[in-house]
Parts: sequence; C-alpha cells; structure tokens
Amino acid sequence: MIEGISIHHILTVTTIMFFIGAYGFLTRKNLITMLMSIELVLNAVNINFVAFNKYLYPENMQGHFFSMFIIGIAAAEAAVAIAIIINIYRNIHSIDVEDIEQMKY
Amino acid sequence: METIIFYIISFIIIVFSLLTVTTKKILRAAVFLLFVLGATAGIYFMFNYNFLAAVQLTVYAGGIVVLIIFSILLTHQINTDLDKINIKKIALGIISSGLGIFLVLSTLNNHHFEASNKQATDSTIHGIGRALLSYSDNGYILPFEVISVLLLATMIGAIIIAKKVEE
Repeated sequence: MIEGISIHHILTVTTIMFFIGAYGFLTRKNLITMLMSIELVLNAVNINFVAFNKYLYPENMQGHFFSMFIIGIAAAEAAVAIAIIINIYRNIHSIDVEDIEQMKY
Repeated sequence: METIIFYIISFIIIVFSLLTVTTKKILRAAVFLLFVLGATAGIYFMFNYNFLAAVQLTVYAGGIVVLIIFSILLTHQINTDLDKINIKKIALGIISSGLGIFLVLSTLNNHHFEASNKQATDSTIHGIGRALLSYSDNGYILPFEVISVLLLATMIGAIIIAKKVEE
C-alpha cells in the first residue's frame, strides 16, 4: 500500500494505459508495433492485479503470483510471435498485416 | 514524498505509452516501450514487491524488448518511416478507446473499494519460493508445473517455426 495514494489513482492510470494499448492495436498496421501494443495492455493488467492484491487482500499473494505467471506467458507469446513474424518476412518480404493474405480463403 | 514519486511514474507511463503507439519510427517505439516497462517496475518497487519488480526488469525490459529490437533489425529498414494511417482509422480508434476509458473510469469512480487493514504476508524471495513449491492451501505447484511445460513447448515451437525450410 502506497502512502497517500488510493486504489482509484492506480486504476485510473492503468485504465488509460490499457486503452492506449487498445488504440495502438486498432490503428497500427505493422505486426511488431501491434505486438508492442499487446505488451502495453498486458502490463496494465499486471499492475491492476498487483494493486488489487496489495490494497484489498494483502494477507494472500494471489495477485502477485498471477502477475508472475502472466509475465512468463507474455515472454512465451513474444518469442513465438517473433518467430512467426520472421518467418512471414522471409516468405513475403513484408510484415504489414494487409499484405498477409495467403490464408484468406 | 511517495505521492510525488507516484505521480512522476504515472506521468512517465502515460506519456511514453502514447509515444509508443503514435511515433513514426519503429525503433523509437521500442525504446519508449522500454521506458514504460521500467516505470512499471518502479510501481512494483513502491508496492514493496521487490521480486516481482526484478522479474519485470529482467524478463520484460531485458528479454522482450531486446527480442523486439532484434526482430526490428532483422525485418525492417530502420530509416524508413511507418506508413501513414488514414484519418478515419485514427478517429475510429480514438473514439472507441475514449469511450472505453470513459466507461471504465465512470464505473470505477462510482464503486467504493473496501481497503483491507490486514497484515501483509512476506513478499521476500524465501516466501515466494515456499509458496511456489507448496501443495497445501495458497500453494502454486500446479501452475508452476504447467508453465514450465508451456515454456518448453514454446522453446521447441519457436525453434521449429523460425528454422530454415530445406528446399
């Protein structure tokens, strides 16, 4: 618990961060920048988990462990996504979402 | 004092998140993302969750950002700017995310959270390790096992996907 800061302050910051990430996911066309937006969203959710844990249920550490597992899964997701992106680039020499249409129909 | 630090960290988070999704140069976007992740680690330090902050710094700031920068260097010309996005798409994005922010914040401000006064458990590395390997109540051995299998599968999958296909 941070002195002088209520849970509403933290949740406001993470809400803004979450929707900035969502905005980036909606507007960007490059696969790597979309991946960065997803990382922003995941980070906002992580801070939320930790804040709820610390302010509302400090006797357990469920939010802490949930954030830890989310960080692990985010690392796995980034590794696989970047492997896929590099493979796509090798095949069609572009990483724009609009150029990837081989599996369209 | 802590209030001021928290406001500085939130300012850094919001400004650099905005820059991450709006900047034209892709490598700069990666560096701004690094700042956001570092500031997040700062919030974890303020919560006194030192181990989580260290994991955040090593895995996110050290691992994922470096991976992203590597993939940028492998796939993209650094000097070229990103394509311009048309105004309609930007407007739609701003409207939908602004609506989302408005909905969530108005719900949050009408809700009263009951802050707990209970004693916090020890968040030292010792306590975390005990909890991860215990199979009693508040033990996390099953998710720990599952995520280790997941990481192994990811490792194999990433190698197979990125491997050169033989002609």
